[in-house]
Amino acid sequence: MTSQAIQTQGLTRRFGATTAVDHLSLTVETGEIFGFLGHNGAGKTTTVRLLNGVLGADGGDIRVLGLDPAADGPKLRARTGVLTETPSLDERLSAVDNLTIYADLYAVPTGEVNGRVNGILETFGLAERGREKVGGYSKGMKQRLALARAFLHQPDLLFLDEPTAGLDPVATQEVHDMILHVSREEGRTVFLCTHNLVEAQRLCHRVAVMEQGQMVAVGTPRELAHTIGADMRFTLEIAPDQVETARAAVIPLAAVSAVETTDAELTLTVNDREAVPDLLAALQAAHVRVYAVIPQQTSLEDIYMALHRRKGQA
Amino acid sequence: MMNGRAIRAIVRKDLKVVLQSKAVLIPLIMVPLILLVIIPAVGGLLLANTDPSSPAITDFRRETGAFFDNLPGTINDRLQQYDSEVQRITYVVFNLYFPAMYLLLPTMVANVIAADSFAGEKERKTLEALIYTPTTDRELYVAKLISPWLAGVGVGWIGYIAFALIVTLTTWSLMGGVFVFDLAWLLLILWVTPAAAGIGLGAMVLVSSRVSTFQEAYQLGGVVVVPVLLLLFGQLGGVVYFSPLVAFVVGAILWAITVALIVYGARTFHRGELMARL
Ligand SMILES: Nc1ncnc2c1ncn2[C@@H]1O[C@H](COP(=O)(O)OP(=O)(O)OP(=O)(O)O)[C@@H](O)[C@H]1O
Ligand SMILES: [Mg+2]
Repeated sequence: MTSQAIQTQGLTRRFGATTAVDHLSLTVETGEIFGFLGHNGAGKTTTVRLLNGVLGADGGDIRVLGLDPAADGPKLRARTGVLTETPSLDERLSAVDNLTIYADLYAVPTGEVNGRVNGILETFGLAERGREKVGGYSKGMKQRLALARAFLHQPDLLFLDEPTAGLDPVATQEVHDMILHVSREEGRTVFLCTHNLVEAQRLCHRVAVMEQGQMVAVGTPRELAHTIGADMRFTLEIAPDQVETARAAVIPLAAVSAVETTDAELTLTVNDREAVPDLLAALQAAHVRVYAVIPQQTSLEDIYMALHRRKGQA
Repeated sequence: MMNGRAIRAIVRKDLKVVLQSKAVLIPLIMVPLILLVIIPAVGGLLLANTDPSSPAITDFRRETGAFFDNLPGTINDRLQQYDSEVQRITYVVFNLYFPAMYLLLPTMVANVIAADSFAGEKERKTLEALIYTPTTDRELYVAKLISPWLAGVGVGWIGYIAFALIVTLTTWSLMGGVFVFDLAWLLLILWVTPAAAGIGLGAMVLVSSRVSTFQEAYQLGGVVVVPVLLLLFGQLGGVVYFSPLVAFVVGAILWAITVALIVYGARTFHRGELMARL
């Protein structure tokens, strides 16, 4: 058994003049949560379809769980679970019916179907309304049910296409907890498509950034920050009555590219590490008392923006 | 080897979903009810209560004289067994007018349900999850064909039983027995009905890739089916005498068209292409 859940080499798919996926070479390790980031139309959904053998590739090699999706589609799909972009639920049927049908389709052992369906409805907080028609569910409930359906046959590899799009913060948090649970407790591999950078940062071990079908960066969020050399951010804790003084003292410094203030904090973005000692010296000269210097991790958002700027310059 | 459990799951789902849809159920119930229950009941009661010597009968017989005189020999022999003109007219009405009408039902039912299960699934956006299941293309295709076909044959058979009962009961005083069952009817039911359902299905196989909603599929499906049926049944102004031989031949033609359409559909059914057109 290979330790790579997914491996592609030069994977390409065109739709007419559009190249939806353009020579994508990608490796996803078994057990990781892999973030697949990109704007609308970047090629995320198309990639998921190619990886599951439900759409043909125009070129390149694919191995998923050691199988070739084009040749062994059914065998492969028995071991993957997919949360599609739209929940794709039968709204005229109940949650129990929706899940039972898919338990049969994914060959859940016959004797276990009822237990599995009821258990997963319980886990996803839908047990009480499991016999109601799905058409009457809220968006969050539908999303949870679709997620439950993707987990039902305990797949080795989960594809989640924008699992929290359109959900409120509470529902989003619940979905995040579920994803972390199946990853940490059950050791499943997760391929997470999203354009939510905070989500990717919170959940993913590694992320790939897609633009117009091409992968423009890949690595841990920290690695990306380093390779791209994105700006550095940190927060200073100071006395409330000195916030304005501090602000006035740092703004003239060339290395400072942004200043955000709250009632007792100053968050600075600098484009050079060497600027930090100078900055502290300037504050001291202005008699600002600094109680703490808290480094802020470079967010994916910064990486994303940096990539965009680079692309714009090129 | 096909995965029977997966196929049964899809068939069960499609039938369950259909039963929840008014747009599908209303034509499914109303048309058989009108054609096979209400019209035969009214006709049967009228005929059973007609005075055999009434001028209406003599007039009708005179106007349709040519028609009666040119009936094939076998049916003429059968008609000679009856004493009265009303009995003969009753026999002709239910054995000549109704079979063709009856055969529209399995076709229509299979057509409506296939429209719902092919195009409706696309419209309701439930197809994508189905495409991702570990079924093969062949299993998915076969599963999608079974529920409309079963429903077409089922409604046909139940419809026939209702029709035979209604006709027999309403005309009992006149005819004194069952007269809408013979070898020709048996062939119609067992041989032609499944083929007629197949035509409704085959038409949908042909049009489903070109439509994206249930309504479009339903209408375009009708455009394909109606001419075929008209060609077959419409020759004599809507009246065909289904002798056993005619029933057999019509069935064979319908089966041939059905098989051709379904084989054509199987060749062009690939989930990759369905996905690209989603
Ligand atoms: N079936 C199709 N037919 C034609 N073009 C398509 C098809 N599927 C995708 N495309 C095109 O391929 C490109 C990538 O689409 P894809 O849906 O993979 O993007 P995405 O990253 O999932 O976007 P989103 O965030 O909007 O879901 C887009 O330009 C899209 O228009
Ligand atoms: Mg997408």
